[in-house]
Amino acid sequence: MLHGLPGVDRVGAEQRAAMLGTRSIKTTAKAEAIDLAIRMVDLTTLEGADTPGKVRALCAKARRPEADCPPVAAVCVYPAMVPAAAEALRGSGVHLASVATAFPSGQAPLEVKLADTRAAVAAGADEIDMVISRGAFLAGRYDLVHDEIVAVKEACGDAHLKVILETGELGDYDNVRRASWLAMDAGADFIKTSTGKVPSAATPPVTLIMLEAVRDWFAQTGRRIGVKPAGGIRTSKDAIKYLVMVNETAGPEWLTPDLFRFGASTLLNDLLMQRAKLRTGHYSGPDYVTLD
Amino acid sequence: MPEQRLAVRKTYKLYIGGKFPRSESGRTYLVDGSNVALASRKDARDAVLAARKAQPGWAGATAYNRGQVLYRAAEMLEGRRAEFAALGVPEADVDAATDRWVWYAGWADKLAQVHGGANPVAGPYFNLSAPEPTGVVGVVAPASFLGLVSVVAPAIVTGNAVVVVAGDPLPAVTLAEVLATSDLPGGVVNILTGSPAEIAPWLASHDDVNALDLTGVADGELAVALEQAAAGTLKRVLRPGPGADWAADPGLGRMTAFLETKTVWHPKGF
Repeated sequence: MLHGLPGVDRVGAEQRAAMLGTRSIKTTAKAEAIDLAIRMVDLTTLEGADTPGKVRALCAKARRPEADCPPVAAVCVYPAMVPAAAEALRGSGVHLASVATAFPSGQAPLEVKLADTRAAVAAGADEIDMVISRGAFLAGRYDLVHDEIVAVKEACGDAHLKVILETGELGDYDNVRRASWLAMDAGADFIKTSTGKVPSAATPPVTLIMLEAVRDWFAQTGRRIGVKPAGGIRTSKDAIKYLVMVNETAGPEWLTPDLFRFGASTLLNDLLMQRAKLRTGHYSGPDYVTLD
Repeated sequence: MPEQRLAVRKTYKLYIGGKFPRSESGRTYLVDGSNVALASRKDARDAVLAARKAQPGWAGATAYNRGQVLYRAAEMLEGRRAEFAALGVPEADVDAATDRWVWYAGWADKLAQVHGGANPVAGPYFNLSAPEPTGVVGVVAPASFLGLVSVVAPAIVTGNAVVVVAGDPLPAVTLAEVLATSDLPGGVVNILTGSPAEIAPWLASHDDVNALDLTGVADGELAVALEQAAAGTLKRVLRPGPGADWAADPGLGRMTAFLETKTVWHPKGF
């Protein structure tokens, strides 16, 4: 089935993504877009140096980024940090996502990946960000990748499953489209661009192709899958360009935190600074937001 | 048949982060027959971003190194005397500006001795004060070229980064070309051309600008409005009286205006 998918028009996809990035979103529309983007942020910390204290601080920020500001969609941490985050987020309505399945490389036996997933869910994660085996995918072992996603989905239980395609390692746009369909067919609730651990992370054309995939999947099956670009989205301007792309490609139904997320760490600070600019009428600065 | 050569005319652009971009707004205006970029508030914002990015590295360079870099800028300035003369800057002004630049360059590794030092305290402590740069300084520059050099050089010699709203655009952009060809890191000096009344309020109210130099603001009402906007974020503001004599001995005032003093109590005698 995957090789029956039409190839991606590379130049067309890049030009369409660039064209959608030129829309001007100002004043009240911008304020709406910024608040929506804040509600879509998966506030992420995935460092070897993460401590429970740092995660608690991040969770506090996630619950209440600033006064009169909606909370973010979720906090995204490593499995070992899930207990601390679950404690800090209890009762807030902010989701708790954990990366699992030998993040970021995915190069581990299936049993290890499943145990990783179950441990994260048992510790309190209600969203799992898994990575696909890019090695197997690039070698053409689509069945193996498919079965892995199915097995991880089963291990997730009630938790939502986001499947990270790591588009920077897939080589070309055709593979991005194939991997998207593969993940959706295997039961993903979300498809996510990147781990943020390789130099080439989320780009507008890649996200455009994934949005087209979820749109076409909805047309065929009636089931809506979410999309999460992650890595390299640092400014409000970029975030708003993505929102325009979502609206124009998948449709306004996708403009909700249930179906579109930003995987980001520094983006939230820029959104807050832009929010302050709209509220006060003058430019804000990094001294007025948290250091993380 | 003698061929008439078509002169290559210069477009005077902004100087932000070590590059020469056009205004984000695409606007230009005419100054003495030349097209000059008319900076917008977003250019000011970009310039502040560039200055903020460059400032820690510049302040972290050794004082000796900063002095060497500024001396290099003076060498470049010397080499462009004819260009400034062609823009109508009096030759005496260019010479004085070059000398002024060298004079400030020499202060880079001497100011801490004069402005800081060990303090006698009653207790078993070695107590010392050291000057540190304020950070990003917004400067509304005077129209005189010697004046421009006399406000920019003292602000950056101590490790600040500046966003300058030029008083006289053509010599200011030419000075930017001087700085771009010396070893000054991009973003330490950013030069905007346009209307101070349009740009300066955005610098005055900007949360990420630490100090404001209003030397070039001629309009008293604007100066008061800028001071009020600056008060919102507790900026240091320098607003000298009118009629500055740039040829006079400048003293240390302009260098120490944009410094913070760090005092350290070091226990001793255990």
